[in-house]
Amino acid sequence: MAARLPEAEALIDSLAQALRGSVNSETGLVGIYSGGAWVAQRLHRALGLQLPVGQLAITLHRDDFDRIGLHREQRRSHLPFPVEGRDILLVDDVLHTGRTIRAALNELWDFGRPKSVRLVALVDRGGRELPIAADFTGAKVDVDAGESLVLSEENGRLRLTAVKASP
Amino acid sequence: MSRSLQLGPDGRLVHLLSTEGLPAETLRHILDTADQFVSVNEREVKKVPLLRGRSLFNVFFENSTRTRTTFEIAAKRLSADVVNLNIGASSTAKGESLLDTVWNLQAMDADMFVVRHKEAGAPHLVARHVKPGVHVINAGDGRHAHPTQGLLDVYTIRHYKKDFSRLVVAIVGDILHSRVARSQIHALKTLGVPEVRVIGPRTLLPADVERLGVRVFHDMAAGLRGCDVVMTLRLQSERMSGPLLPSAGEFNKAYGLTPEKLAQASPDAIVMHPGPMNRGVEIDSSVADGGQSVIMPQVTFGIAVRMAVMAILAGNA
Amino acid sequence: MSGRLTIEGARVVDPASGHDAVTAIYVADGAIAGLGKAPDGFRADAVIDAKGLVACPGLVDLAARLREPGFEYRATLESEMRAAVAGGVTSLACPPDTEPPLDEPGLVEMLKRRATSLALARVYPIGALTLGLGGERLAEMGELAEAGCVGFSQADALLSDPHVLRQALRYASTFGFSVWLRPQDSTLAHGGVAHEGEVATRLGLSPIPEVAETVALKTILTLVEETGARVHVARLSTARGVALMRDAKAQGLPVTCDVGVHHLHLCDRDVGDFDPNARLTPPLRDVRDRDALRRGLAEGTIDAVCSDHAPVDDDAKQVPFGEAEPGATGLELLLPLVLQWGREAGLALPATLGAVTSRPAAILDAPAGRIAVGMAADLCLLDPQAAWVVSSATLASQGRNTPFLGLELVGRAVRTLVNGRVVHAA
Repeated sequence: MAARLPEAEALIDSLAQALRGSVNSETGLVGIYSGGAWVAQRLHRALGLQLPVGQLAITLHRDDFDRIGLHREQRRSHLPFPVEGRDILLVDDVLHTGRTIRAALNELWDFGRPKSVRLVALVDRGGRELPIAADFTGAKVDVDAGESLVLSEENGRLRLTAVKASP
Repeated sequence: MSRSLQLGPDGRLVHLLSTEGLPAETLRHILDTADQFVSVNEREVKKVPLLRGRSLFNVFFENSTRTRTTFEIAAKRLSADVVNLNIGASSTAKGESLLDTVWNLQAMDADMFVVRHKEAGAPHLVARHVKPGVHVINAGDGRHAHPTQGLLDVYTIRHYKKDFSRLVVAIVGDILHSRVARSQIHALKTLGVPEVRVIGPRTLLPADVERLGVRVFHDMAAGLRGCDVVMTLRLQSERMSGPLLPSAGEFNKAYGLTPEKLAQASPDAIVMHPGPMNRGVEIDSSVADGGQSVIMPQVTFGIAVRMAVMAILAGNA
Repeated sequence: MSGRLTIEGARVVDPASGHDAVTAIYVADGAIAGLGKAPDGFRADAVIDAKGLVACPGLVDLAARLREPGFEYRATLESEMRAAVAGGVTSLACPPDTEPPLDEPGLVEMLKRRATSLALARVYPIGALTLGLGGERLAEMGELAEAGCVGFSQADALLSDPHVLRQALRYASTFGFSVWLRPQDSTLAHGGVAHEGEVATRLGLSPIPEVAETVALKTILTLVEETGARVHVARLSTARGVALMRDAKAQGLPVTCDVGVHHLHLCDRDVGDFDPNARLTPPLRDVRDRDALRRGLAEGTIDAVCSDHAPVDDDAKQVPFGEAEPGATGLELLLPLVLQWGREAGLALPATLGAVTSRPAAILDAPAGRIAVGMAADLCLLDPQAAWVVSSATLASQGRNTPFLGLELVGRAVRTLVNGRVVHAA
């Protein structure tokens, strides 16, 4: 199954190319935990941005709290620059229903009101349930509805795999 | 002892009634979750939507504006609807029982009760009779327990000392009447603090307190020697003179935390107090406002710890 | 009127005589007419086949609250008298803590008349020692004794004034009246609700120290020594209390004492998570106290076990522990719990049953608690092996308040006879 999935590292390189003309020294790059944060780090390095990279944890804005409760969460949102009035590039690994992005936008707004937010997705697997679209996409992929896409890090390299989703 | 009532069959927290009987893992979960909320409270928007659409009732049979306010702030930062009821002595005058009051409120679709009562065990009674899915938080019951205070105290200790496994912690003053002390002792012991001391005159120490796993000291200097954390307790004014103590002054002389007495503790010891303080009785102003005091951070962390408890309970429907 | 009755095949246990053998009991005109051998010309109108059962004297309970007059919403005389005979109890002393208290002869006569008309267990009222149990003015003990009171007490309204206690004992001793006293110093108990020790400390319950009992007991014993009054010490709860009673008896003081049956089996740990059914007076104490009470009863320092029956309605128990009305329903638990104590203490059946028959009867100075020719046929036929679960469905008492709720007990009265008449048949 992994064979039909694109190489994550290659996608990051092409995303960096695509983004190069759209960033400046004031652009804030923010990745969503955990996969989006890894991708954001790579892009940050590739683009040589001046502001440090930020991370967003979305636990407190998830809309499935009623079903799954509050799980142990060590990660916290960390935005090492003022959000107010800034152009933000929001980075996630897999764009699917759009719910994660909705939660991330809410979380981001708790820190201030950005001038603009553009969405960067490593891959887009379709299946949107909210009116959300990416501004920059590494690739579109087809995955069975019963599978989920997981970005993992092995020996310093990022890799996409499809796994049977737990029911 | 409260284990069966507080934890569901799967071991998840369904009510918070006492720190006694909670596994270390549960305590750490609460503290870790509180970490997240400490950061929320530093943001521009100090509010998250976790409890949106849920109702939390502060049911205080014993008035305490201060404690009630901390629960109220915590609940509002989680976006819950908060209803405050100061029932005091009036409901008993009307002949309505504690359970009648609770059943009435439950009929108004309360999701969570924060209960304070002068009688030990009152929140347990409530917890035993609420519908499944409704959660009870003990905000102080008689001399028995004040678990959120105990938790915010261990949170504060962890924040400053990182590791519980080598600490010497002293609790000073009126242990007998203190629900805070009991909640602190159980939480500290469960989290692995090797030495918890209680310091006070025999009239202010409950019978067999050493069976809670603490070392008993009557001499302040000996008790404070080498301590990493000094927690002083409030001495209620009605107890300052009578059969238990001759006077506030004499208590202060023997057990009030002064810079001289604090010098017996470790140089980097922190000083805590659950508030409100009687300056010049259990603690001198120079200590309360001094460099070793973490009393104000306690108050700040208190909001985050209460948010953590509420969020965990609400998620364990 | 009952006619002639033969009870066949029962193992007859009479603690007073030590008799323990399968023996036929012949009953005529409400009394025991023969044992083993029928009186001349005896022809039974009815025969009870009691094979496999134990026949013992009907139980004598030194403390059972019937809640009349005044507390009929908790229980009625009828419901509690039915509970008594269902528990094999045929004679019971009732404390004066009714509303109004039993401090005037009319009330006592009324109670006796109501009890007699029910024709269930026999009632021995304990009169109030002071007017309204107020602890200040003596009640009319002479009049009350004439009306049927067998002793005088303050129930749980403890006397806090040693002067009043001393005068009450001097007055009672003038006429040879027996005074029943609970050994608890109310100032030392200081509004407490649980035994002072680790459990009360953990639960934050206000404590009743052991010394509340020992100080009161020493005062009582000193005043008995001075006045010579006959005193029955009701509801010992501590090991030191047992030791003090042992010494007092060795010294020859005219004192007796009892223990509540719950205190033989439970201790402060059974309060668990604030179980209001474990809120008792005196409080459940340390496990060492419980063990001393069990030994004290076996060796005879403690004269008798009582149910200390106190039916309490749900409204008074569904409140925080400290506000809960103390007491437990006990009439129907007395027999199985005494049997359990006897088994665990390794006692023979006569010795076990003596604690609830002949020994308490001697304290009441009542013609009860024995199986002998000429005695009233007040009998309990019990199945010592019958296991039953304590529940609302199995209790006749209106009180369901017991720490044993939901637990299985062994031993139950199958038939109870008063004056030769079957008043309970399971």
